[in-house]
Amino acid sequence: MSDAAVAHEAQEEHPTSTGLNHRKILMWAFLGSECIFFGSLITTYLVYRGKSVVGPYPSEILNIPLTSISTFVLLMSSLAMVLALAGFERAASAGANEDRKRRELQKGRFWLLMTAVLGTGFLGFQAYEFIEFVHHGLGLTTNLFGTTFFVLTGFHGTHVGVGVLWLVSILVLSYFGKVKPLDVELGGLYWHFVDIVWIIIFTLIYLIPH
Amino acid sequence: MSTEAAHTDEAHATTGHYVRIAIVLTVLTILEVATYYVAIPFALLVPLLLVLAGTKFALVVAYYMHLRYDSKLFSGFFFFGFTIEILLLIALMVLFGIRSG
Amino acid sequence: MATVADVRTQERVSTGAAIWSWVTTIDHKRIGVLYFVTSLIYFIVAGFEALLIRLQLATPEGQLLDSDTYNQLFTMHGTAMVFMVAMPMAAAFFNFLIPLMIGARDVAFPRLNAFSYWTFLGGSLLMHSSFLFGQAPDGGWFGYANLTSKEYSPGLSIDFWGLGLLVLGVASVAAALNFIITIINLRAPGMTLMRMPVFVWMTFVTSFLIIFAFPAITAALIFLEFDRLFGTNFYEVAEGGDPMLWQHLFWVFGHPEVYILVLPGFGIASEILPTFSRKPIFGYSAMVFAAVSIGFLGFSVWAHHMFTTGMGTIADAAFAGSTMLIAIPTGIKMFNWVATCFGGRISFTTPMLFALGFLTTFLIGGLTGPMLAAVPLDLHFQDSYFVVGHFHYVLFGGLILALMGGVYYWFPKITGRMMDERIGKWHFWIMFAGMNLTFFPMHFVGLDGMPRRVGTYAAGMGWDFWNMFITVSAFLIGVSILVFLWNLVASYVKGVPAGNDPWDARTLEWAIPSPPPEHNFDEIPHITHRDQVWFDKYGDGHGDAAQLRKTSAAVAEPAEDSDEEHEVHMPDPSYWPLLVSAGLTIAAAGLMIHIAVSVFGVAWTIISVYAWSLEPASTPPEEH
Repeated sequence: MSDAAVAHEAQEEHPTSTGLNHRKILMWAFLGSECIFFGSLITTYLVYRGKSVVGPYPSEILNIPLTSISTFVLLMSSLAMVLALAGFERAASAGANEDRKRRELQKGRFWLLMTAVLGTGFLGFQAYEFIEFVHHGLGLTTNLFGTTFFVLTGFHGTHVGVGVLWLVSILVLSYFGKVKPLDVELGGLYWHFVDIVWIIIFTLIYLIPH
Repeated sequence: MSTEAAHTDEAHATTGHYVRIAIVLTVLTILEVATYYVAIPFALLVPLLLVLAGTKFALVVAYYMHLRYDSKLFSGFFFFGFTIEILLLIALMVLFGIRSG
Repeated sequence: MATVADVRTQERVSTGAAIWSWVTTIDHKRIGVLYFVTSLIYFIVAGFEALLIRLQLATPEGQLLDSDTYNQLFTMHGTAMVFMVAMPMAAAFFNFLIPLMIGARDVAFPRLNAFSYWTFLGGSLLMHSSFLFGQAPDGGWFGYANLTSKEYSPGLSIDFWGLGLLVLGVASVAAALNFIITIINLRAPGMTLMRMPVFVWMTFVTSFLIIFAFPAITAALIFLEFDRLFGTNFYEVAEGGDPMLWQHLFWVFGHPEVYILVLPGFGIASEILPTFSRKPIFGYSAMVFAAVSIGFLGFSVWAHHMFTTGMGTIADAAFAGSTMLIAIPTGIKMFNWVATCFGGRISFTTPMLFALGFLTTFLIGGLTGPMLAAVPLDLHFQDSYFVVGHFHYVLFGGLILALMGGVYYWFPKITGRMMDERIGKWHFWIMFAGMNLTFFPMHFVGLDGMPRRVGTYAAGMGWDFWNMFITVSAFLIGVSILVFLWNLVASYVKGVPAGNDPWDARTLEWAIPSPPPEHNFDEIPHITHRDQVWFDKYGDGHGDAAQLRKTSAAVAEPAEDSDEEHEVHMPDPSYWPLLVSAGLTIAAAGLMIHIAVSVFGVAWTIISVYAWSLEPASTPPEEH
């Protein structure tokens, strides 16, 4: 690590009572809070399950094969995310070995880009799905299913969008030497959270038969 | 630095390890989707799907989000929120079930 | 480099620069003062609304207000008192005191702290701006669906309410996250969790409740606004929607909210009572665990607000049982406070009077709690003035009295001047008499069947006398507030200088100058005992003057005398938190005007967030 980086590090890392980083605790506490938010949306979907008074009903319209692919895409983005973090961490611990450092950093950046690309891909699938639904006559206001479905998956999609923006920002900043492994890790925690919310949504909304 | 100390344990940080978990996640997803094409009684299907989703959830949280290797404090925050929400979900489904039943 | 003297000279600058320094401040003490002043203004506004309500109800067939205005007044009185008075005034104390009590130089995220304040201000102004359009919210503070639907509440009044609350929710969650991490991570060496002052523990539990309760109302409000703005069906009965969903989600938030409101009051009383009883708090660990269990149980009782909705006997019984369980930890706290005073050498200063007043009135409010939790009784109490009497005893008697005590107790630390004791005692006795005379008879008219939220009533119902009585008493509370404001201003201008430790108190904030320097502590203290400052002064004798070890002055002074220059590097001021808050508020307001305004607000927010995160937290010191 260069001298400037060491000084920067020392200034950033104040000693804390628990030895844990402030921002990392912040992120986990925030995710705990987000659990309740998404939980409320999912609960609403479930208590309104099967209560729509007019169609189209979920069984007529949900496209399981298509969504299976998009689910897989999001799942793989989580793999890309951990590989990105591993790259940034190895680059940081490479010490004086400048060559290895550069190589690992490149890997980290590549996987970060892949994560963002896969996330964008997921959003593409979702946009396609939404448009298809509207073509089949299911809008936000058509019935309870439309209302709960679009709001739940819409808020999830918004979170994915924020995540993509975040990861791309980290990627760009890494070229200015402003990114530490912790920055990637925090973005990653958020990203994985969005992924596990989708794991639950996929099962509860798409797979359990209506 | 404690965060770095946690990651010097190379055993869990290797690419191979992450890829193996990804393979397990993929297999679980394939199993989930397979239930769509195979006729399974509803009473069996729902618990099966919940177990599959729960396993995927646990794998991502434990290994990709490093909770297994990280401070218990983080697990505390996350699972406190998660547990409250599960209990609320069950309570509300029961309450609304009573109303419509 | 910022020494104490430098900071003070820097502050003596032009008015413009002074205002700018408040706008860009990220100092937790200044943010605390901003919170306090803002919430005090809302306290006066919401109190004025209450007096108008009482004037209307003073006589049968009251003609002062039309029913629309009346609805707006009780809605805004409730909403403002909960979200813009009680919570931010507690936040004012959290802000000022938490870093001082745990021996830290600031909160964990100073700029996020500023963001919380400005977002609170934005959300509260957004909601109050509805008065300018004559469309103040009028759906009650809990805004039950489907009264709030576009069909029954056309116009913008409910949108002002819903969007304002959404913005306020962001502010509360951001502040709560900040305090949680500050308390976890910025304790001085030796300050173990079980050595923290009880006030810090109460803040900790309150903050947890906020981050886990607010998302539920956020979701409920999002559904409401989607229904109103985009025509979705969440609460539309004709489409299969269920207005009960709102009630459940609202009270899943709403009952923990009750503890969010009252736990800070517990904390303040737990600091004042030991200091003026000259005894450490009785049963410290029981106090802590009682608060934690109140926090847990608080999530399991929400449907006791809904006994009359027909949930069925099993659900009713379960929620009645879990509600009554809360009486146990609350009772533990009550007995511990009494035991703290028992056998102590009590000095009846103004803060102590308020704390004792809190004990007695909170007990009365607490006792009507299990009455309301009993389902058969609740079916009769529901929606009557009995409930109004109950929660005003808890919130005015429990929270406001404790907050007032807190103001008298910490005013010397915040301003460096004492508040006038003689006027303070007048304030206490007028307020204490006024609140009991106002809220106690509400139980009577409630039992006689007088409903809440009704703008007029017929003569001859047997309610005439008590209503006039309550109205007159309510003005007594108004008088006590005037006395308080006069005391506040007069003491600020020409109060007696306080010194570091006017109360001979126990916690760390009393070992540093009043008002504290910008960086709080010249040297971060090392903690070895629970009541550290008492220990430093008296050894293990717990306030026994015979064992005086050091004078309080000696505790605070050494840093001033040493030649060594204390180079404490504080983070720089920033205006980005304000701009992010403004962007959020614009985005929310835009939903009522035009979607383009919202898009503009979101873009503004995103740009400001980038600028914020790219701005270095502090200019690096040159020497390093």
